[in-house]
Amino acid sequence: MAGRAAAVGARLAREKENKRGELKVAESLAQTASDPSLGAPDPSRRDFINIVAVSAAVGGAAVVAWPLIDQMNPAADTLALASLEFDLSKVALGQEVTIAWRKQPVFIRHRTPKEIAAAVADDHAPMKDPATDASRTKPGHQQWLIVLASCTHLGCVPTFAQGQYGGWLCPCHGSVYDTSARIRKGPAPKNLFLFDYKFLGDTKVKLG
Amino acid sequence: MARNLSILALALGALCLAGPALADSNELAPPDIHWSFEGPFGSYDQEQLQRGYKVYREVCATCHSMNMVAFRNLGDPGGPFWDPKYPNPNDNPVVKTIAADYQVADIDRDTGDAIKRPGTSADYFPAPFANEPAARASNSGALPPDMSLLAKAREGGAAYIYGIVTGDTAGAPHGLIVPVGKYYDPYMAGDMSAFWKGDPARTPIGGFIAMPPPLIANKVAYDDGTKATLKQEAKDVAAFLQWAADPKMEQRKQMGLGVMIFLLLFSAILYASYRKVWESVGH
Amino acid sequence: MSGPSTYEPKWAIERWLDARLPIVRFSADLMSFPTPRNLNYWWTFGGILAFCLAVQIVTGIVLAMHYDASAAGAFRSVEQHIMRDVNYGWLIRGLHATGASMFFLAVYIHILRGIYYGSFKAPREVLWLLGCVIYVLMMATAFMGYVLPWGQMSFWGAKVITNLLGAFPLVGKTITTLLWGGYSVDEPTLNRFFSLHYLLPFVIAAVVALHIWALHVPGNNNPTGVNVKAKTDTVAFHPYYTVKDGFAISVFLILFAVFVFYLPEALSKADNAIPANPLQTPPHIVPEWYLLPFYAILRAIPDKLMGVLALGGAVLMLFILPWLDRSKVRSMRYRPTARLYFFIWIVACLALGWCGSQEPQGQVIPGIAGPTLIDYDINSVTWLSRIAALYYFAYFFPITFFLGVWEKPLPVPDSIYTPVLPHPPTAAIAEKG
Repeated sequence: MAGRAAAVGARLAREKENKRGELKVAESLAQTASDPSLGAPDPSRRDFINIVAVSAAVGGAAVVAWPLIDQMNPAADTLALASLEFDLSKVALGQEVTIAWRKQPVFIRHRTPKEIAAAVADDHAPMKDPATDASRTKPGHQQWLIVLASCTHLGCVPTFAQGQYGGWLCPCHGSVYDTSARIRKGPAPKNLFLFDYKFLGDTKVKLG
Repeated sequence: MARNLSILALALGALCLAGPALADSNELAPPDIHWSFEGPFGSYDQEQLQRGYKVYREVCATCHSMNMVAFRNLGDPGGPFWDPKYPNPNDNPVVKTIAADYQVADIDRDTGDAIKRPGTSADYFPAPFANEPAARASNSGALPPDMSLLAKAREGGAAYIYGIVTGDTAGAPHGLIVPVGKYYDPYMAGDMSAFWKGDPARTPIGGFIAMPPPLIANKVAYDDGTKATLKQEAKDVAAFLQWAADPKMEQRKQMGLGVMIFLLLFSAILYASYRKVWESVGH
Repeated sequence: MSGPSTYEPKWAIERWLDARLPIVRFSADLMSFPTPRNLNYWWTFGGILAFCLAVQIVTGIVLAMHYDASAAGAFRSVEQHIMRDVNYGWLIRGLHATGASMFFLAVYIHILRGIYYGSFKAPREVLWLLGCVIYVLMMATAFMGYVLPWGQMSFWGAKVITNLLGAFPLVGKTITTLLWGGYSVDEPTLNRFFSLHYLLPFVIAAVVALHIWALHVPGNNNPTGVNVKAKTDTVAFHPYYTVKDGFAISVFLILFAVFVFYLPEALSKADNAIPANPLQTPPHIVPEWYLLPFYAILRAIPDKLMGVLALGGAVLMLFILPWLDRSKVRSMRYRPTARLYFFIWIVACLALGWCGSQEPQGQVIPGIAGPTLIDYDINSVTWLSRIAALYYFAYFFPITFFLGVWEKPLPVPDSIYTPVLPHPPTAAIAEKG
């Protein structure tokens, strides 16, 4: 009788142990599950592997982002038209042509010796954007003035051989340029812009 | 879970074993040739591309346009005339010379007349005929397809092209009535039953193509001294056309290698992270 | 389950914003959403799908910067400009084209998960319906997108499918002319398809938002199909399921990358590299693989109008599934008979897909010729489509319907938690609790 009671008692005790053990498990699970902040990694002690994972993800995202941005840069066919070769024999002395280069207008002016002399004489005259004529032409080819045909005020194309300096006059707001395409009068802030070009011999020039 | 998956796998397996019945293949399958560009690590053989370009230039370009390929593409990385000294193909002298050899349509800037001028690297390969009706008129009503994408536009790609240009050299089997202006090619799709006068059970497979056999041995003299057999010419021009259709292949496979390595490592890291996050939770 | 938010803003500036536009609270609630702890990997496809949608939208917007939506320029803008000249154009186009296939692969797995585990049953019927709406929008978007490169398959696929609408009596011809904007598929059709293809993904995104909202009202289903009963049944969505979804997306990307970088042409047809020619039909017109089962059902029916109705009916079956399946047990884990019929249904769908890729008169078992019945040999692809289509519809009604009523399911567990933990917490950590 006592033995059975003891056995029952032992069984009950065991069950109580198990229950307590189960409760412990349940408690810990309950804690982790119901309390999101406990379940989440302790912010002050992030696991190393999680840091590595996030860093790898960020690195991967950056590598993915580059092509998505670079695709907006000029495509190969646009870049192919970046350079243009022009035959200068078409431009008579004293004349100019306006041609399209990279979809922008460009003046190619064949200057007369008088125009060159006038430009050089004014090299040190007071002007908004001082520049010498020599710095705006290539050595050995001073008769060729090649500039962007966009008025530096608001972008209109100036008219040839107008204005008191014999250079250009912009019809939009009256800017006056001299024979070296330097701004002399009017609202434009800068001289007509220069750009990269190269002479391939005396009769050919490569723009861009 | 495992049981469900295995039931599904068995069902799928049964379906696969039932066999994808081949569509009535009425032409020879493209020949199985080893190409330098096949497989995940394949690349173009620059010398083969140069030979293939020569074959295109001297044989195919008479009738076939390639209007999506520009001269500058010849100097792109992976292309026949790529030179690491000229990363910008527009500066590549070989490219500029090739372009200048062609006459390209343009208008005279002064008079507005239609003229022909030497090509620049920015120009595209000019078409041999002004338009489709002109092309058909010169080829008995058939239109020679543009070659820019030909290798992508045909099942079998370069191998198919190789088969087509070598297959029609043998001539038609006796008993096959070949219409005027057409040529028999076993690699071409078609139905020969109406043209076969022999035993119906032995109807030849293949079809008719409007192009006369384009290649013979030594039709082109290779600059690098390679023997210009029919098979060699066919292989080289097929490789060149594969390049024309897929010029970015090498960059694509290189990037693919980097991406696969990254993703495998990244997946492993994420799996470790996942196990770490879940270790305190039973599921 | 959707209830009052328990989020507490930490910083003063957050409290200021929270009183005006509680977006931080909104995201915090999303991240802490109680999710059943026993979700398996089939549940990661929702996250994968959201990722796919983002990929398609981003790559699509970028492609639209270079695409020319005119009949004269479309083909060249894709195959010459984007593929050859635009920096990384080949990559972005590859991601977009392959991404569409990956999107559909994921959606089919997601749908199959929903059917198997009974995620469509009460109280998630609206969630399921929204999902069906997303699926239909996806099909429309993908169809229009495929037309845009203006290749042979683009043009002729568009012609064949838009001609389907002409099957309707009285209004058919008017509808097709309205859709075409002309007497055939042409420039106006291409332009409007481009406009709509750009629009629909944003509509999809909006319906996805509703879909997630509808999910968060009852909460996620789980593999046992048993409702969440206690807090201990769930864990917070972040970090538990964010990391699991992240891992699944990474593995998914491996498959995606294999196609993009090594098999870019495997999922498309060679004919689409030929510019569209309205005067010459390609020998074999097929839609993209994800539309093949419906294509097979369409072709299986000898009558044009009935074929169109069958195609519509096949999609409609998905919509009415919650009302066809009467079983009280959600998950097919405990419904072995239903599971068997379901797997056969999957095989039928795969068979339909294969049939759609073949010529209608093609032989199923090569070499054997049988008797002809309703225009086609018994051993033809068409008859296999007919049988598979019959099973497809039969699966919904009568099979699913009567199984729901008659099947004796296996005993369902009482709850998610103790009895069904195949992966108990590691002992050391349990001890600490």
